[in-house]
Amino acid sequence: MNPGKILLVEDNPDDVALTMRALKSHNITNDVIVVEDGVQAVEYLLGAKGRPGPDELPAVVLLDLKLPRLDGLQVLERIRADERTRLLPVVILTSSDEERDIVKGYRLGANSYVRKPVDFMEFTEAAKQLGLYWLLMNRAPPVSRTP
Amino acid sequence: MSLRDWPIRQKLTAMLVLSSGLVLLLTSAALVGYQYWSFRQTMRSTLSVRGSILATNSTASLAFANDADARELLSALRADPHIVAAALYDRNGRLFATYPGDLPGGALPAAPGPDGYRFQRGNLIGFQPVAEAGGQRLGTLYLASDLAAVDATLRLSGVIAVAVLTVALLAAYLLSRVLQGAISQPVLMLAETARAVSDRRDYSVRAAKLGEDELGVLTDAFNHMLSRIEAQDRALRESKEGLEQRVAERTHELEERNEALRHNAAQLLAANTELDAFAYSVSHDLRAPLRSIDGFSQVLLEDYAAQLDEAGRDSLRRVRAATQRMGTLIDDLLKLARVTRVEMRTEFVDLSVMAREIAAELQRATPDRQVEFAIAQGLEARGDARLLRVALENLLGNSWKYTAKRTKPKIEFGSIEENGGRAFLVRDNGAGFDMRYADKLFGVFQRLHSVSEFEGTGVGLATVRRIITRHGGRIWAEGAVDQGATFYFTL
Repeated sequence: MNPGKILLVEDNPDDVALTMRALKSHNITNDVIVVEDGVQAVEYLLGAKGRPGPDELPAVVLLDLKLPRLDGLQVLERIRADERTRLLPVVILTSSDEERDIVKGYRLGANSYVRKPVDFMEFTEAAKQLGLYWLLMNRAPPVSRTP
Repeated sequence: MSLRDWPIRQKLTAMLVLSSGLVLLLTSAALVGYQYWSFRQTMRSTLSVRGSILATNSTASLAFANDADARELLSALRADPHIVAAALYDRNGRLFATYPGDLPGGALPAAPGPDGYRFQRGNLIGFQPVAEAGGQRLGTLYLASDLAAVDATLRLSGVIAVAVLTVALLAAYLLSRVLQGAISQPVLMLAETARAVSDRRDYSVRAAKLGEDELGVLTDAFNHMLSRIEAQDRALRESKEGLEQRVAERTHELEERNEALRHNAAQLLAANTELDAFAYSVSHDLRAPLRSIDGFSQVLLEDYAAQLDEAGRDSLRRVRAATQRMGTLIDDLLKLARVTRVEMRTEFVDLSVMAREIAAELQRATPDRQVEFAIAQGLEARGDARLLRVALENLLGNSWKYTAKRTKPKIEFGSIEENGGRAFLVRDNGAGFDMRYADKLFGVFQRLHSVSEFEGTGVGLATVRRIITRHGGRIWAEGAVDQGATFYFTL
């Protein structure tokens, strides 16, 4: 079974490094694709200016909320508006647990909402559980190939 | 204009003139009537006397049938121009002599009528028997007098009566003009005053009083009434003005307050929006660097432990502990801010049920502790369930925390009567506090214990107070060091 890739949408290089480290420490070795802002995330998933989207969608998108240009919720909105990515698993992974972000995230169709703990041990644990769950336990929906 | 609508002056004048005129008319009529009657009586008796004399004088002429003598006798009647005809008839009723001499035959009665004097066809006529001294009747004397004297007298009386009547009526009219003023003047003045009152709403006018009669009483009563009305009107106007002024003042005050309120609300809204943006930003941005500090400290500890001595590793551990505490502080502060920002949804909340749930959660989190809970039944309140839960969690959590070193910890939730209302209380037999610092309990980051003694950020009670305040309630505490603490709150 091919566990698929992870798309990490994160503008903070520290968080990127720590997330990668946490995933690696639990032997989650899947390809992690990192994009640094919302526009890049949308372009990666849906393509742009004649460039088509990827041949294969990631198994899960780990989406930060505070991003340059398009923020996380706007990215989620674009993803859900497009037929190809309507069912793509998206986990919001962010610093805040603002109620309105949680509510809006779920309303826009997020599959999960995880707050990044300050404690790196807890953070590592969270990353591990996320990886295990979304890459190994969860069954992704069949990918729609209609453009 | 009907009689009713006549001005009172004309009515009074008409009354006086009419009544005096009627009296005069009746009196004059009686006088003239009497005069007419008595004049006719006098005339008849005068003619009768003249007839008697003439009859006595004519006995000889008739006895001796001397008609020339008779005519001579009758012609003496010329002295009285009113005698229009006279005649002597003999004992057989035949005409013997006439007066005047040229009288046409048809002008005299053909034969003598019954004796006596009477008025007949505009004349006074009389038949007088002519007799001897012995009583034997010799004939009859006829006398006819016109009534011109009566008419003249009557006419004169009439003229006098009319003249007197006219003069009297004129006098009555003039007199009434003067006298009616005694009645009409006060009435007119009253009417004038009343008109002034009704036309100009001028209650300060007064009717002049002209005497002590009923009209005077009426004028007094009217003036008194006016005084009362004037006083009441003034009082009314003053109170109205006062009221208007008060209303204007209040309105102005209200407008000012409204303006201030609007201003405050706008400021509050701005402050809230700002706080909201601030809190949002804090929740996103402030924790990220902490995560980096903690994370990379851990990286150092894991990957470079060999290069560090124990002091170095200890320092890194302290960095991590401080970072995590900072994270907790930020989280607590955000909770406190959220208590202010969140929208209130008021409903009935069973605080007893809520307290039991929180107690169970506390027990679950630390299963090895033995704490006695005494939670009163059925304590209900109106409020925001989520905020009230946060408040109770903090209060019961505090009690849980500060009774940790007691051998028989006990936590109580109940209520007491407070100023006619109800205050809820959370009581424990824990570490308590010094009442001297009671005012510091509810301040942000204010702690009465060290972190090493009891963990905490000093935000919990500040959060509780903010929740209670948002519910319009009050919170206060009683306690003593090592004697436990009691927190009271109203909602």
